[in-house]
Amino acid sequence: MAKTTTAPRARAKAKGKTVAMTGNAGCALAMKQINPDVVAAYPITPQTTIVEEFANYVANGQVDTEYVNVESEHSAMSACIGASAAGARVMTTTSSQGLALMWEELSIASAMRLPIVMHNVNRALSGPINIHCDHSDSMGVRDMGWVQLFSETAQESYDNTIIAVKVAEKALLPVMVLHDGFITSHAIDRFDVLDDADVQKFVGEYKPKHALLNVDNPETFGPFAMPAFYYEQRKALRVALDAAKDIVLKVSKDYAKISGREYGLFEEYRLADANIAIVVLGSTAGTTKYVIDEAREKGVKVGMLKLRLFRPFPAAEIAAALSHLKAVAVMDRSDSIGALGGPVYMEVKAALYNSKKHPQIQGYVYGLGGRDTGPDQIETVIEDLKKIAGGKEAPREAVTLLGVKE
Amino acid sequence: MKWNIKGVESWGWKKHPIGATIPEAGNAAYYKTGGWRTEKPVIDREKCNNCLICWINCPDSSVIVKDEKFAGFDYDHCKGCGICAKVCALKAIEMQAERGEE
Repeated sequence: MAKTTTAPRARAKAKGKTVAMTGNAGCALAMKQINPDVVAAYPITPQTTIVEEFANYVANGQVDTEYVNVESEHSAMSACIGASAAGARVMTTTSSQGLALMWEELSIASAMRLPIVMHNVNRALSGPINIHCDHSDSMGVRDMGWVQLFSETAQESYDNTIIAVKVAEKALLPVMVLHDGFITSHAIDRFDVLDDADVQKFVGEYKPKHALLNVDNPETFGPFAMPAFYYEQRKALRVALDAAKDIVLKVSKDYAKISGREYGLFEEYRLADANIAIVVLGSTAGTTKYVIDEAREKGVKVGMLKLRLFRPFPAAEIAAALSHLKAVAVMDRSDSIGALGGPVYMEVKAALYNSKKHPQIQGYVYGLGGRDTGPDQIETVIEDLKKIAGGKEAPREAVTLLGVKE
Repeated sequence: MKWNIKGVESWGWKKHPIGATIPEAGNAAYYKTGGWRTEKPVIDREKCNNCLICWINCPDSSVIVKDEKFAGFDYDHCKGCGICAKVCALKAIEMQAERGEE
């Protein structure tokens, strides 16, 4: 089942407590509860408060983590790769230019099949230099062989961080947890957290199958692969990443047992009886739900599909969930400049191409560089969809940049 | 562990270890890098006093030592960088152009 049905505020039977914290503080708390062996990180706005809060936990002796202060994100990911190959449970966090600086290390981490968990706080890429939210950083690394889990709220970000550890270690793949810069990272939200002991029990002890520090069984890590061997490794990585989809579902199901919060590959919001829908990911899904509720009161049959898992991309499940609709809008908080539109739009459109029955589809880019995306913009999207569904307009060939000043 | 790689060139993707790990250590010597060389070091045994400065400085462990004495170069792995010739205080090592297979 791909569905996520749990209402965000459904109270769990689980222990734990309700807190008021920023998304970043929630992420740092999850890291404290996981108590990883090694964290190598470098601060970058708007991620900085995660590493600050975590450094406090280290300084106060509340974790056993070896905290490595590095001189750059390139070094941060390099240190994480070394530590993970050595057999440690490793976490780090970054954002934007920091993620870009890690770029060449990211594909090494996945190719070496190292279960590193990294939180990336979504922020625009330069230039012009800008520290605010969009998804161009994480979308820019979508082909690097990492699992990518997007979070709408601080609650989801906290939960995804804990889930990511188990997914990474079962799939033997690095996992990236994403939440939106400033909107989720710095706003104080109310959410439920688990007790430390429950998180510890859930993640368990990490026992690496292969470890560089296992001197009884010495192995060679990260060797050179000539043309006769490289291709087979890439095939193995593709198969492993595809298989991570079921692992995400299984671990999320297990997590629901201790938290009462169940997550699927994506969330369907008022989608089953809809004839038009919006596909979106990240914090804008919250605004979209609000606008959908208002439109529903006026009798508009609109729903939403909120992506949680972007890599691996659950194409078949998405196609099945959208095939009954007349028109779909896909909203990207990043542009794939020179392409048809944003990356989510292109992939959703491709996923639907071979379906026997599929909706008309229109792509939107929104909110680049932290441009506010209010209900009014979502309302224009719904108006567009009504026209397309009613046969009054054909979907535009070119992607629409919402809220840009002409 | 000794890894049996018979027929490795034709192995399918499932047969290779996960993450391209090699299930044994210290195997870089199997890969011969001597072919990268354009110049090769040649020793003049008359001048050499076995100080082994060349052995200390060789980045490819290609100076062979036996009983604490210079015993030759490992031409299978020497890349011809010339560091040994440069550091030799007695100028006992000369870099000579590789002339290919004559």
